[in-house]
Amino acid sequence: MTSDSESHGFTAIPGIDADGPVFREPWEAQAFALTVTLHEAGLFTWDEWAATLSAEIASAQSSGDPDLGNTYYRHWQNALERLVVAKGATLGDELEGRVETWRQAYMNTPHGQPIELSAGHAARRSTGNSG
Amino acid sequence: MSDENEPAASGGHHAHEHGHDHHHGHHHGGHHHHGQNFTDPPPDPALRIKALESLLVEKGLIDPAALEVLIDTYETKIGPRNGAKVVARAWTDPDFKDWLLRDGTAAIHSMGFTGRQGEHMRVLENTPTVHNVVVCTLCSCYPWAVLGLPPVWYKSAPYRSRVVSDPRGVLGEFGTELPDDVEIRVWDSTSEMRFMVLPMRPSGTDGMSAEELEAFVTRNSMIGVEPAKAPGTVAGKEAAE
Repeated sequence: MTSDSESHGFTAIPGIDADGPVFREPWEAQAFALTVTLHEAGLFTWDEWAATLSAEIASAQSSGDPDLGNTYYRHWQNALERLVVAKGATLGDELEGRVETWRQAYMNTPHGQPIELSAGHAARRSTGNSG
Repeated sequence: MSDENEPAASGGHHAHEHGHDHHHGHHHGGHHHHGQNFTDPPPDPALRIKALESLLVEKGLIDPAALEVLIDTYETKIGPRNGAKVVARAWTDPDFKDWLLRDGTAAIHSMGFTGRQGEHMRVLENTPTVHNVVVCTLCSCYPWAVLGLPPVWYKSAPYRSRVVSDPRGVLGEFGTELPDDVEIRVWDSTSEMRFMVLPMRPSGTDGMSAEELEAFVTRNSMIGVEPAKAPGTVAGKEAAE
């Protein structure tokens, strides 16, 4: 990946030769589809979305993310969470609780069996962690 | 490309629950226990999206089946071939070209490309003296209806910043060398206005049908970082190397 441009002290544009898939992992597609669907359901305007995503990207860059495109859907995901909570479609605590419940559901489900949210609820109840 | 599972520096969300999961004895910190394999949770972004989606489905805000349809559309049905059809038609139909440059939105819609992010389109014509290139400096606004979703480099900070400060240098990285007397115009997309470049028709294509010409229209040529391909050669990158 060395190129003339790098030796001139600026960052080469990444992935010029790559003709990769639209989404590199299923969660990126889910994040994309959730956003478009919520917008079309009227939860937020596309202007609001673009402003939130731009702010998320700017904030990531100022925190040291070289922002080479590979973290793009991370920014997208953070922006979506932020906007959904700001619009009151879910509460931040509710979301964090659900993340943890899913995490426990995975960790308490034998490999190869379907992951059910109830397994996470059961695990969290048994520890008294209602998070 | 292998680092996307690593948290972004600014992820802002941390799995603060680590270390509190030793309570049952049938797993240890998420690692597989000997004799009985439990399931490792997916990486944080996947887990968080799953959580968000399940909440929104429960609240009736999201239909999971509609999500699947939408994903399939963008993975398999909408892409730069749509834009290539628009360009090839403009190359062969002067009236359509006039309309396209005058009212890109209506002309593109007339071909059935009415998808999202194609609501406000402006088409920019490349000529022997003017070369247009498109960027979204703040995020990644892009004309999905004609080009699909943007490539990774379009979303990267180096492209978004450098194409404005040094367009000629950036085009050079794509292997595109323009004569010094060609004016380069950089267009910054917004959520209100999307741009698409109408590249110059390659020489040696006289008499070809629109269908044949589509093959020369690349995604990059419609963003403006490369010319359209030429018959028998690959213009742009390879030619310049």
